[in-house]
Amino acid sequence: MSATITLARIVAALVLALCGVMPYLAPAVGEPFLIGLFARSMIWGIAALSLNLILGYGGMVSFGHAVYLGVASYTIGIFAFHGVTDAWIQWPVALGISAFVAFIFGAISLRTRGVYFIMITLALSQMFYYLARSAEMYGSDDGLTISRRSDLGISWLNLNNRVTLYYVIFVCLLLSLFILWRIVNSRFGMVIRGIKSNETRMEGIGIATYRYKLAAFVIAGTMCGLAGILEANFEKFVSPDTLNWPRSGEMIFMIVLGGMGSLFGPVIGAVVYWLLQDVLSDITEYWQIIFGPLLILIVLFARGGIVGVLNGKRRDA
Amino acid sequence: MNYALFAEQFLNGIQLGMVLFLLAAGLTLIFGIMDLVNLAHGSLYMLGAYYAATFTEMTGSFVLGLVIAVPVMILSGIVLEIVAIRTLYRRDHLDHVLATFGLILFFRELVRIFWGSAGRSIPLPDYLSGAVALPLGIDYPVYRLLIIVLGLAVALGLYLLVQRTRIGMLIRAGASNREMAGALGVNIPLLYTLIFGIGAGLAGFSGMIIAPLTAANIGMGDTVLIQALVVIVIGGIGSIRGAFVSSLLIGLIDTLGRSFLDDLMALFLPVNAAEAAGPALSSMLIYILMAAILFFRPQGLFPPKGAKA
Amino acid sequence: MPNALLTIDNLRKTFGALIATDGVSLGVETGEIHAIIGPNGAGKTTLIHQLAGMMGSDSGRVIFEGHDISALAAPARVRRGLVRSFQITSILKDFTALDNVALAIQAEQGHSFRFWGNAYADRNLRDPALALLEEVGLGARAHVRAGVLAHGEQRQLEIAMALATRPKMLLLDEPMAGMGAEESARMTAYLASLKGRITMLLIEHDMDAVFALADRITVLVYGRAIATGTPDVIRADAEVRRAYLGDA
Repeated sequence: MSATITLARIVAALVLALCGVMPYLAPAVGEPFLIGLFARSMIWGIAALSLNLILGYGGMVSFGHAVYLGVASYTIGIFAFHGVTDAWIQWPVALGISAFVAFIFGAISLRTRGVYFIMITLALSQMFYYLARSAEMYGSDDGLTISRRSDLGISWLNLNNRVTLYYVIFVCLLLSLFILWRIVNSRFGMVIRGIKSNETRMEGIGIATYRYKLAAFVIAGTMCGLAGILEANFEKFVSPDTLNWPRSGEMIFMIVLGGMGSLFGPVIGAVVYWLLQDVLSDITEYWQIIFGPLLILIVLFARGGIVGVLNGKRRDA
Repeated sequence: MNYALFAEQFLNGIQLGMVLFLLAAGLTLIFGIMDLVNLAHGSLYMLGAYYAATFTEMTGSFVLGLVIAVPVMILSGIVLEIVAIRTLYRRDHLDHVLATFGLILFFRELVRIFWGSAGRSIPLPDYLSGAVALPLGIDYPVYRLLIIVLGLAVALGLYLLVQRTRIGMLIRAGASNREMAGALGVNIPLLYTLIFGIGAGLAGFSGMIIAPLTAANIGMGDTVLIQALVVIVIGGIGSIRGAFVSSLLIGLIDTLGRSFLDDLMALFLPVNAAEAAGPALSSMLIYILMAAILFFRPQGLFPPKGAKA
Repeated sequence: MPNALLTIDNLRKTFGALIATDGVSLGVETGEIHAIIGPNGAGKTTLIHQLAGMMGSDSGRVIFEGHDISALAAPARVRRGLVRSFQITSILKDFTALDNVALAIQAEQGHSFRFWGNAYADRNLRDPALALLEEVGLGARAHVRAGVLAHGEQRQLEIAMALATRPKMLLLDEPMAGMGAEESARMTAYLASLKGRITMLLIEHDMDAVFALADRITVLVYGRAIATGTPDVIRADAEVRRAYLGDA
C-alpha cells in the first residue's frame, strides 16, 4: 500500500483526468459523442467497482450483479411514471431496494460455495428479469421510458443539463472510488481479502465469515444501485435487458479487462470496454466476434488485465 | 379447472422437462467429470437448432436433417473442446465462466453472420404435425409426444451408457477418482474430449427437436441455459439422476404455474389482482423453488457421492 | 476429571463405513501438554476437526471450561479460547507475514465491522503483531509475502497466528510436519517455553518431540483411545507396544 508511482497508477490518473475534462475536450477535438461514451463508461465503472469489492477483493464470483443496477433503475423509472421526481425520495428508496435485494440474494447464495454460488447468483438475478418482463404496467418487454429526470431541488444541479449530469456522474465515480479505497484498507477490508485468500483459516482465527461476506455483498449491491440511478437518468429508459444476465457477464468482463482486485482496474476496464466496442463496431457490425475471443485470450494469458500488464511482473505484489 | 386442459399442460410440462433434461445431462456430466462450468452450453443448444434448420432445408426432410445434424454437432463439440475448452481444465471456475461467456458472444455473432438475425423456422412433415387421440379423450400434438418419447429414450440410453458400458465405467471412474482412472491407464484427455462431444451432442439435439416448435433464433440459448442451471443446482451438480428428476420437476412447475397460477390465486385474491400478479409470480416460480430447496439442502436434492461441501 | 480444561466425552464420527473416531473420551488439564499419538488413519486429525468445530460429530460432547461447546461453530470456539493449528500449513499466502498475524490480532480484538480507518496504519494491530513475530523468530521476515516463506517459516507463522488469538488452549495438528531436525528442535523448544501458560493438545509423529514435551500421552488406534498415561507409562505399556510401536 505504499504510495509509489507505478505505470498503472499513471494510467489510472490519466483515465480519471480524461473523464474530468471530456465535456470540454470532446467538442474541441470534434468528437462530441465521446461525452456520452465516457458518461456511460463512468456509470458502468461504478457498477464494476462495486462488483470488484466482492469479486476481486472477496473472491465471491457473483454472476448476477446487473440485477442491483436494474432494480435501482426501475425504481427511478417507476417513481417517474407515477409523477414522483424528487431525488431526495427517489434515490434513497432506490439505494434501499438495491441493498435489500442484495441482502436477500446474498443471504441465500452465500450459504453455498464455489460453482453453486456462481449458478445461484446467476439464477436469482433472472427472477427480476422475468418480473420486469411480466410487469405490463411498466412496459414489460418494451421497457419503460422515463419522461423526467430526477429533480435534486438545487437550481445549479439540474440533471437535464448534459454537462451537469455528466459531472454528477463524475463526482459519484470519485466518491465511489474513495469509499472503496477506504473500505478495502480498513479492518473490514482486511477480513474480506483474508476470506478470499483462505476462508478456513479465517474461521480458524475466530472470524465468522458469513456475516462479513454478506455485509460486503450488501455494500456492493448498494453501490451498484447508485450506478442504476445514474443509468436511469442518463438513458431516460430502462428495460428488462438492463438486468438480464449477459449484462452481469459484461460487468465481469470490464473488471477482468481492467484488472481484478485493483482499485482503478474496473474503471479503466469500463472505459476501454466502451471505447473498444465503439471502435470495433465501426469496423464491423459483428464486433462481438472479436470481443468474445478477446475475453478468452485475456483469461488465458493476461489474468491481471490492463493493470497487470502495466505493472509487468509485479502483479503478485 | 378444465380436466383436458390440465392433462395437456401436464404433458407440456413433461415435454419441457425432457428438453431441459437433455441440456442439463450434458451440463452436469461435463461439470461432474471435468469440473468445468460451461456457460456456452446454451450456445450449443442454439447451434443445434440452426444445424437442424440448415440440414432440413438441404435434404428436404426433417428426419434426414437430424440424422446429419447430430454427428455434425458432436464433431463441433469435439473441435470446440480441442481448440478452446481443453486449456481451461486446470483453471478455476471464474476462468471457466469468463471464457465460456466469451464463447457465448462469439457463437452469437457467428450465427448472425451465417444465418442472419431473423430466426429460422423448421416445417414439420405431415405425419408429425397432427394431433393424436390419447386415452380419456385427450387430443395431444404428435410431435410433442415424440419429444417426450425421445427424451425418455435418451435418458434410458444415457443410463445404459453410464451403468453398463466400458465408456460408462471410465466415466464413473473419472467422476469418482481422477488419479486412479489415470493410473489405470485411462486416456484422460481422450475421455474428456469424448464426454464434451457427447454433452455437445445432447445440447444440440435438444435444440434441434425444439426448433420446429419455437424456430431457431439467437436468444434461444440464453433463457434455457439458466433454466438448465436451475435444474442441475436443484438436482445436485454432477448427478444425472438428479438432473432427470429436477428437469421433470422444473418443467412441470414452470408450465403448470404459467397456465394455472392466476386461476389458483383467484381463489383467494380479487380476480384482477390475481391476473396481474399471476404471470409475474409464475415466471419466478422455479427460482423461488430453487432458493427454497437450497435453503434446506445447499447441495441439491441428489448430491453425488463424495461431493465436497 | 476435576481440573479438566477440556473434556472430550464419547466423541464419534463415521464416514460411511469408515469409523474415524469411535467414542473417544479424555480430559486435558489446565496447563498440561497432552499428546495424542497413533498410527496413520487412527483418527487424530478428525478428532482435531471435531474439537475445533470444523466437522460435526455423530455423537458425543466437547466440554470446555465447564461449558458444553458441542453445538458451537468454529469461530465461536476460537473466541472462547480453543484454537487450532493446521497440519497442512494454512496461512494467507497473498498477505505478508505481518498482515497474517495482524489479522489474527484484529480477530481477537472483537468484531471487524470497521469500514473506514486504515488497518495498515493501525498501531494497535501492527505493534503486537510485530512483537509476536519477533517472539517466534520471524521478526526479520515480517514484510515478506507469506506464500514465499520457507516451509519451516510458514509453520512458525502458523503457530504465531494461533497465538495471536490469545488462546487458552491450543490444538496443535502436527506442528513439526515436514520440518528438518534442527527446525523441529527449535519448535519443540519454543512450545516448551509456552508450557504452563497455554494448555496444549498435541498431535505429532515426531516421537522425540512428543516425549520431550508431553505431560501425558493418549494412544489412539482405529478411532479408540487405548491408553492414557505419563510418557513413562506409555513407553512401558504392552498393548501400546503391540498396537503401535511395532513390537511383536
